Amino acid sequence: MGELTPELARYRDEIRELAARYGLDFYEVVFELVDYDELNMIAAYGGFPTRYPYWRFGMEYEQLSKSYSYGLSKIYELVINNDPCYAYLMRSNSLTDQKLVMAHVYGHCDFFKNNYWFSKTPRKMMDITANHGARIRRYMDRHGVEPVEHFIDLVLSLDNLIDIHSPFISRDASGTRSPAVGSGDDDDTGRIRAKDYMDRYINPPEYLAAQRRKAAEQRAASRRHPAEPARDVLKFLLQNAPLEGWQQDILAMLREEAYYFAPQGMTKIMNEGWAVFWHSYLMTRHIVEASEVIHYADAHSGTLATRPGQINPYKLGVELFKHIEHRWDVGKFGDEYEACEDEEERRAWNRPTNKGRDKIFQVRSIYNDVSFVDEFVDAEFAEAQKMYVFGYDQSTGRYVVVDRDWRKVKKQLLDSLTNFGNPIIYVADANWSNRGELYLYHDWMGADLQFDAAMMTLRHVFEMWKRPVHLETRDEGEAKLFSYDGKEPVIREITGSRSPRDVVGTLQEQG
Amino acid sequence: MRKVDQDHTRFRDIVRGRIKRDLRKFVTSGEMIGRQGGKAVSIPIPQIQLPRFRYGKNQKQGVGQGEGEEGQPVPGQEPGQGEAGEDPGQHSLEVDVGLDELAQILGEELELPNIEPRGKKAIRTQAGRFTGISRSGPKSLRHFKRTFKEALKRQIASGTYDPDNPVIVPIEEDHRYRFLSTREEPQASAAVIYMMDVSGSMGREQKEIVRIEAFWIDTWLRSQYKNLEVAYIVHDAAAHLVDQHTFFHLRESGGTKISSAYELCLRLIDDRFPAHEWNLYPFHFSDGDNWSSRDTERCVDLLKNGILPKCNQFSYGQVKSAYGSGQFKKDLDGVFRGDDKVVTSDILDRDGILPSIKTFLGKGR
Repeated sequence: MGELTPELARYRDEIRELAARYGLDFYEVVFELVDYDELNMIAAYGGFPTRYPYWRFGMEYEQLSKSYSYGLSKIYELVINNDPCYAYLMRSNSLTDQKLVMAHVYGHCDFFKNNYWFSKTPRKMMDITANHGARIRRYMDRHGVEPVEHFIDLVLSLDNLIDIHSPFISRDASGTRSPAVGSGDDDDTGRIRAKDYMDRYINPPEYLAAQRRKAAEQRAASRRHPAEPARDVLKFLLQNAPLEGWQQDILAMLREEAYYFAPQGMTKIMNEGWAVFWHSYLMTRHIVEASEVIHYADAHSGTLATRPGQINPYKLGVELFKHIEHRWDVGKFGDEYEACEDEEERRAWNRPTNKGRDKIFQVRSIYNDVSFVDEFVDAEFAEAQKMYVFGYDQSTGRYVVVDRDWRKVKKQLLDSLTNFGNPIIYVADANWSNRGELYLYHDWMGADLQFDAAMMTLRHVFEMWKRPVHLETRDEGEAKLFSYDGKEPVIREITGSRSPRDVVGTLQEQG
Repeated sequence: MRKVDQDHTRFRDIVRGRIKRDLRKFVTSGEMIGRQGGKAVSIPIPQIQLPRFRYGKNQKQGVGQGEGEEGQPVPGQEPGQGEAGEDPGQHSLEVDVGLDELAQILGEELELPNIEPRGKKAIRTQAGRFTGISRSGPKSLRHFKRTFKEALKRQIASGTYDPDNPVIVPIEEDHRYRFLSTREEPQASAAVIYMMDVSGSMGREQKEIVRIEAFWIDTWLRSQYKNLEVAYIVHDAAAHLVDQHTFFHLRESGGTKISSAYELCLRLIDDRFPAHEWNLYPFHFSDGDNWSSRDTERCVDLLKNGILPKCNQFSYGQVKSAYGSGQFKKDLDGVFRGDDKVVTSDILDRDGILPSIKTFLGKGR
C-alpha cells in the first residue's frame, strides 16, 4: 500500500475542491494506492483488511484473483463507508481512470455521509472490524478454530434475517405492555359504561361476545413468546437461544456487521447512480483533457453498459437521477402536472423552475432504492430506458420479454428490491406446541424459496436453537411446513396461517 | 505469511475435505479429468456457498433494459441457458486442483503408503543451482548487489563513505560471484507396463473401467516418481505394443492367449527397462478367460522365472464381464499364494475401482 504519487495528489486536490464547490459534502477521503493483488485481498474482506479470519474471505480472494488473471474482471476502486473514508485505487490504472475513480469516490463519500439510511451506521467501522477480528481470534485460541469457524458458518447463513428498518424505530414493546385486557373478571370485559336503560343498546350481546373473543385472543398472544413476531431473527436468537458466552459475543458482532452492510444493499442503485452522475459531471466539465476524451468515454460507457435481461444499477441510477433533475428543471412536478392526463401535454411540459439540482440533492438524502424507484420511475422514463419485464418460458428454456407496460416494470422492479431481494422471515412462536419449538414464518409474496437450501438453513437454526425448528412457507401457493428435529427433515402440507401473528398453535396429527 | 493466505489455506483445506468425501465421484469421472491434460483440473464443488433462506430459480422474473418485442426471447442468450437477472440459484464453485494434489488426496484417502524405491538401484544425478557466493569467479556471474554491499561496508568501516554524496566504488576485493553448488539427488525411475486383454469378451464398459483405473494408477505413480515411463500392450491371441490412444480405443475380437502378452512384456523389460535401473510395475487387466490351461501354465512359468524377479510388483486386475469365466485369477491365486509380489484384484464395476487401486498400491512396493 502506498500514498498517492505527487501527480495524483495534485489531481485529488483539484477534484476534491471541485466536488465541494458543487455542494458535495463528504468525510475526508484517504486514498491508498495498491496493486491488483492487494486490491483483490482487500475486496475479499469487504474492504476491511483486518477482519476476522474466515475461509470465505480466502474463497473470495481466490475467485477475484482468478477472474482478474483470466482477464474476466477488474476492480477499479473500492471505497469504505467510514470517517475518514478509505478509498483504494489500483496502481496500474491509467491516469484518466484514476481521475474518473477519484471523482466517483467523492460521489460515494457524499452519499455515505448524507443519505439517511446510512445515518445509523458506525463511522469508525475500520476500528470496529479490527476489534471484532481480535476478539474472534482470541476465541479461536481458546476454543479451537473448528468450533468457532463452524459457529460463524451458522450465523452467516442466517445473517440476511435482520430487520433493516429496526435501527430507525424501537420495536420492542418493553415497558409499554398494557395490563392484560380483562385480567380480572371476564364479565366486564370491554363493557362500555352506560346507564342501565341504555346498556342494552350500548353493549349489545354480540358486541360483548366480540369483545370477549378479542380479549381471549390478546391473552393468548401475550402468553406467546415473542409477543410480536420478530423480524430480526438474529437478535431473537441472540437473546433467546441457549448459546455460550463466546457464541453470543460472535453472534452480536456478526449481526452488527450485517447491519453495517445492509444500507449498501438498500441503496445500491442510488449510490452508484449518484457516483456516476458526479464523476461524469466533473470529468466532462472540468477534468478530462482533450487527449483523454476517447479513453474516458470508453471507460465510462463500460460502467454503464447494460446486458439484455439484466439491470445495471449504475445505469439505472444515473439515468433516474438525470430524469429527476430534468423534471424539476422544467417544472414537471406538483399537483397540476400530476393531474394532467394528456400524454402529449405532459411530454411537452415546460415551465422552467430550475429546481433540478436542489431536488436531486434532496433525493440523495432521504430516499432508498425502493422509494427511489417507486416515486420516480414513470411512463416517460421506462419508455426512454426501454425497460421490460422478462419471464422464464418453460417450453423453450429461454427468457422472454413479457411486458413493456411501465406499471408492471415498476412493480417487478420493486418486488425484486424489497428487503433487498431477501425473503422476509419472522420468528412467530418460540414455544410452539408448548414444547419450546421454534416456529419461523416466511411471508410468502409469490416467489418460492429454494427448498433444499431452506432445509439446510433450517438445520443451522436447529443447531443454535437446540430444539425442533419449523418453517412455514409456500410451494406455488400451497402451504408447507418444513421441520427439523435433529434427526429427519420433514416436509408436511398444512393449512397455512394467515399471518405470523396467527400461526396455528400446534400440528394436528394426520393419520 | 499474509492474513489472506491463512484464510485461503483454510479454504483449500475445506475444498480438499470435500474432494475426499466426493472422491468416488471424481474417480469414476477420471476420464474427464484425465482428458484435461494439463497440470490442473477444474473440479466443481457444489454448495460451498453457505445455505440461506433465499428465493429459488424456477419462477424467475426480472426487469431488463434493451430491445425486444413482447413475447420475443430476450436477446443474447443461448438456447436452454438462463443466466438473466440476478442469479440466486444453486451455486457450484470451480476450484483448480493440481494433479499432484489430487494424487495426494487419493493417497491420503486410500491410505496409500509412499513407495519405497529400490534404493541400491536408484540412479544418482547431479543437480546444480547458483545458490552459493564466492570471492572469485567469471565476470558474467558477478553478484552486483552483494558486491556493492561489500563495498559499502568497506567504505563505512574505513570512514570514506559520505551520506551526502553516496558514491560507492567497489574495488577488486569487494567483488562477489555466484557460485554453482551441486548436490547429489537420488533419482528413481519407474516404468509401468499396462497389458490389456482386448479379446471379444472385453466390452466397452470393461475397457472404460480399465481406462479409469489406469489413469488413477498413473496419477499416483507419477506423484511418486519423477520419471515415469509408460508402455501399453494389448493382446488377444497375439500381443502388440501400442500407443496410449490405441490402447484405450482398440476393439479387437478373437481368442485369448495371455502368454503372448507376458512374453512381449518380458522382451520389453530386457530391451528398454533393464531391471537394475528401473522400478517396474506391470499391470495386467483381463476378464479372466484364457485360451487353455496349457497357456496358463506357460504364463505362470513366464511370471515365475522371467517377470517377477525383475519387477517391484505384478498386478492383475480382473474386470467382470458377461462372458469371462474368471478362471485366470483363481489360477494365479492358487500358484502364487503367499507371494506378495503378485497382487490380484476383482473389479466388479466402476465402484470397484477405488478398492482395487488400494489393493494394488496399498503395499508401497
